[in-house]
Amino acid sequence: MRHILSILLENEAGALSRVVGLFSARAYNIDSLTVSTTEDPTLSRMTIVTHGSDEVIEQITKQLNKLIEVVKVIDLNESEHIEREMMLIKVRATGKDREEMKRMADIFRGRIIDVTEKTYTIELTGTSDKLGAFIEAIDRAVILETVRTGASGIGRGERVLKI
Amino acid sequence: MQISGAEILVRCLQEEGVEFLFGYPGGAVLEIYDAIFRQEKFKHVLVRHEQAAVHAADAYSRSSDKVGVALVTSGPGATNAVTGIATAYMDSIPMVVISGQVATPAIGLDAFQEVDMVGITRPCVKHNFLVKDVNDIADTIKKAFYIAKSGRPGPVVVDIPKDVTQQRAEFHYPESVHIRSYVPATRGHPGQIKKAINLLLEAKRPYIYVGGGAVQGNAAAEVTELVKSLGLPCTNTLMGLGAYPGSDPQFLGMLGMHGTYEANMAMQYCDVLIAVGARFDDRVISVPSHFLSQPKKIIHIDVDPSSISKRVKVDVPIVGDVKHVLREMLDILRQSGQKPDAQHLANWWKQIEEWRGHNSLLYTPSTELIKPQYVVEKLYEITGGKAIVASDVGQHQMWAAQYYKFDSPKQWLNSGGLGTMGFGLPAAMGAQLANPDATVACITGEGSIQMNIQELSTCKQYHTPVKIVALNNRYLGMVRQWQEFFYGTRYSESYMDALPDFVKVAEAYGHVGFKIENPSDVEPVLREAFGPALKERLVFLDFRTDQSENVFPMIQNGKGLDQMDLPPHMRDVQQVPFENNRDYGNMC
Repeated sequence: MRHILSILLENEAGALSRVVGLFSARAYNIDSLTVSTTEDPTLSRMTIVTHGSDEVIEQITKQLNKLIEVVKVIDLNESEHIEREMMLIKVRATGKDREEMKRMADIFRGRIIDVTEKTYTIELTGTSDKLGAFIEAIDRAVILETVRTGASGIGRGERVLKI
Repeated sequence: MQISGAEILVRCLQEEGVEFLFGYPGGAVLEIYDAIFRQEKFKHVLVRHEQAAVHAADAYSRSSDKVGVALVTSGPGATNAVTGIATAYMDSIPMVVISGQVATPAIGLDAFQEVDMVGITRPCVKHNFLVKDVNDIADTIKKAFYIAKSGRPGPVVVDIPKDVTQQRAEFHYPESVHIRSYVPATRGHPGQIKKAINLLLEAKRPYIYVGGGAVQGNAAAEVTELVKSLGLPCTNTLMGLGAYPGSDPQFLGMLGMHGTYEANMAMQYCDVLIAVGARFDDRVISVPSHFLSQPKKIIHIDVDPSSISKRVKVDVPIVGDVKHVLREMLDILRQSGQKPDAQHLANWWKQIEEWRGHNSLLYTPSTELIKPQYVVEKLYEITGGKAIVASDVGQHQMWAAQYYKFDSPKQWLNSGGLGTMGFGLPAAMGAQLANPDATVACITGEGSIQMNIQELSTCKQYHTPVKIVALNNRYLGMVRQWQEFFYGTRYSESYMDALPDFVKVAEAYGHVGFKIENPSDVEPVLREAFGPALKERLVFLDFRTDQSENVFPMIQNGKGLDQMDLPPHMRDVQQVPFENNRDYGNMC
């Protein structure tokens, strides 16, 4: 099953490679990974999307907690949470496709952030599923380039991940 | 007053009470070696290969309560140390390894003797550091020692670039250390402890399975008290030998791939199992599904949460320091005065005694050929069971584990997890330095000993009178045994031709050597080697043993704990196919 893990870790050189190294050394999957510093510059917040059986997810969580630089790990799937991912997608937009592409971007609440005579670059935010749905919805042949950030997630309501 | 980074490092090691530093100099650590030259508080032991420095430091830790320290240079010095680091990591041994690094401005430029030590060792250390600022040295060393020995212990690497050892700073050694992201567990959850006790008291066929965590966690006394007070049968893993006295009748022997018949059968057929600092390793329980096919409740005490429910789902996990947790269990049991049901326990013991009656470690004695098991038995007798035994890896390791009855923890040193050939001799050396008055034997084979034989030179220089007991069968014995069983006796590359004359080798290094070819000479030569006349000498005993001897019992890959290959005298012992054994649960 797909799980979203939120990890608070020391913002130190090498911390990221320890996390990534753990996944490859123990043959766990990384579907996506995003990381950046938090309001406290000594801490980074990482979101990893992974999949596996409950036992595997339990092991991943334990192994992550074992890393000296990892402060806290939570599995967002354990309760209500919000997930967002951003995609930048460059598409060919000529002739009748140009109007159609604008319409599709509007339907998916995307924004066109760069325009040339032949292309649009669209910014789209949502769950990973929604971004996938957009790619499915448009003609594959017009896609020139896609860049996805990978999901980031946060607990709903009062639930916070903090020191 | 400002002092150099190298001097700061030396002062840190002094503050940590380091006695011996095992190492080998080189370009990147010259500044550190100069600072070592100008101090007298600790002694440097110059090994002949960096791998040996790390094994010696590791065994220094294993055989004492201290943290072993090794020092190596950058590049090849660092990579040579990696096998030793991985060995300590797999067995959770506290150790600090300091490696030199090229100067900071040269890092990443493929400089001479540059290697990314932090990157290379990342998967086989508990933690590692690259020190980029001279002001961070003291703090980092303090943290390194703390991380190495707290929680589940392990090796920590500190990589220090040459320019950082040359820069100057004030020295201040921190008194305490706090790492917000690292808080190892100590006390177990009281509710879980209660549950565990209730399970144990209700058990009909209780069993205690004790691993290296009890040795490293100094919990041998608590284990022994629990086993004694509840009348439990007890087994130790390869790493746990000595945590419960090997000569005690409640000890069923080691379990696992080469465990005794009774230890393995009890593991399969117990109804409540308490695992103490053990991790249900593949060499111990073999196939998890088969192990669990006989219903049992499992209590697991471990300081490392990730060891719990990793291979086997347990019923009562207790995360905590094994010593603390066992203490609390003992206190509760003492206050309540409760014991498991005597009748059930008596029935269980009756079954165990029946299993034990087969004597699965019996071997066929010979007057012609030296049986390796016989050598270990005699060694046990002659050293009064008191020697520290460092072992290499292979058949001899298993025979040592089976036939030398270790009564104390930290007496048996071997590379259990990684299985590193070449561990034995440097380990014996490190253990002898940590325990100058102890008798230290290195049980090895002609294959393993040659993987670090150069350390005979170090042993000469530092007067470590270890006794090398080489079980020389002219084969890489364990490889040969597998080839005999599983590869139609095609002994591919497992025969050692052109062996050196080990007696002459020993003599060339300034030691004493004996070659023993007759069974009748085993005992007298051992007595001489371990006698007062040779007390101060390193003695190399080259026992020419039976070439065809195999280690039994043995569990083949994919087989269960009750599906052992048994020694010849037990071939008629019916190992009932497992399916027919399912109603065993009603036996007691």
